[in-house]
Amino acid sequence: MNVTIVDYNSGNISSVINSFKEVAKDKVNINVTSDLNKIKSSDKVVLPGQGSFKSCVDALNNISGLVDTLNEFAINNKKPLLGICVGLQMFADVGFEETETKGLGWISGKVSKIDNQNGKYKLPHIGWNEINITKDSEIFKGIKNKSHMYFVHSYEFVPEDKNVISATTEYSSNIVCSVEKDNIFGTQFHPEKSDMIGLKVIKNFIEV
Amino acid sequence: MLKNRIIPCLDVKNGRVVKGINFVDLQDAGDPVEQAKIYSDGGADEICFLDITASNENRDTIYEVVEKTSKKCFVPLTVGGGVRSIDDINKLLNCGADKVSINTAAVQNSKVVEDSSRKFGSQCIVVAIDAKRNEGGWEIFTHGGRNPTGINALEFAYKMEKCGAGELLVTSMDKDGTQSGYDIELMKKISSSVNIPVIASGGVGTLDHLVDGIKSGASAVLAASIFHYGTYSVNEAKQYLASKDIPVRI
Repeated sequence: MNVTIVDYNSGNISSVINSFKEVAKDKVNINVTSDLNKIKSSDKVVLPGQGSFKSCVDALNNISGLVDTLNEFAINNKKPLLGICVGLQMFADVGFEETETKGLGWISGKVSKIDNQNGKYKLPHIGWNEINITKDSEIFKGIKNKSHMYFVHSYEFVPEDKNVISATTEYSSNIVCSVEKDNIFGTQFHPEKSDMIGLKVIKNFIEV
Repeated sequence: MLKNRIIPCLDVKNGRVVKGINFVDLQDAGDPVEQAKIYSDGGADEICFLDITASNENRDTIYEVVEKTSKKCFVPLTVGGGVRSIDDINKLLNCGADKVSINTAAVQNSKVVEDSSRKFGSQCIVVAIDAKRNEGGWEIFTHGGRNPTGINALEFAYKMEKCGAGELLVTSMDKDGTQSGYDIELMKKISSSVNIPVIASGGVGTLDHLVDGIKSGASAVLAASIFHYGTYSVNEAKQYLASKDIPVRI
């Protein structure tokens, strides 16, 4: 099996690479590339993302044909794709970080700043928080409800259709921290930084 | 609910772990990769490496340490010490660091913080503030606590937030190495004047000091000696905090 981590200059992806390689051992090939043909021929794709919504969308658009290839992979061919952090946020129609920016539009909704209740809550939301698993998702197989995952973000994805939500977390409000729509998976938290329980999420995705 | 973080810190010199008393008199004690793995297996919420003498010496050893550690530890790894430029930050992130802490360079040129947080995201930019009490409050020092700057710590903290820092790592130089507890007043003042998380550092000798650190408003507590010399394990620290009704990940 071939799993491709999309390398599109979205910031620091070494931890994502390390964690997938740790889980894959020698059984699964982990490729790190923006090569369109390699992405097309992959069995699964991971879309990481760090920095701002706008910087990640810009970086995707800077690689000619990449968005089309991802659309073909995830929407037309319905192959499994996992978005992490801003990778998940980009599923939305639109994001409001820095400036209004169009997203991939795979899951209707918007990405807006977490309400910090006039400074009562610190932003970014950094650290370990419990997830409330709200629906059976293949990536949460064998993972207990209320497990701790590592978060670092100031913006949240607000999907229109609440049925896509697979987990939430409690901060200044109830924040969507995982979505699943058909073959498309996303986590706002960082499984690659969530110790053994995070590696389990990665393993689950590889086994989807 | 978001949990308070416990961050064991390893001071690294020439690829080996050391822990200083008031920033001098270093004692050698161990391999950082092995030590980091013990911490992450023990429930550390993050790991921090401080390359303490990096400002003066060859620092290539730290890259190797970071690279090895990031392949074994799957919790966030912060690396600081001698970080001068966007290039340094890029190199550390590429080796597997998740966050980079900037001290001297942030004071000398705040544009490093602005540019790096824009380029890599605020989430990986930590500004380390070394502060010492003076008549009017606290003054920040650079170069591992060697050089006074005349800059007020509170004003600097506020400025760094505006520049895009994702977190502040605040070390009391008066307390560091004394094991007499954090400078609680400093932590309170800084955490209440910024909206980004503050990591309290410098002075932990007992588990009650960690409790006091969290109660001061810090989002995370950093400690070196108590973990490094085995006085307490990370797990013992967490159990203790939990027994004091402080939410931690267990």
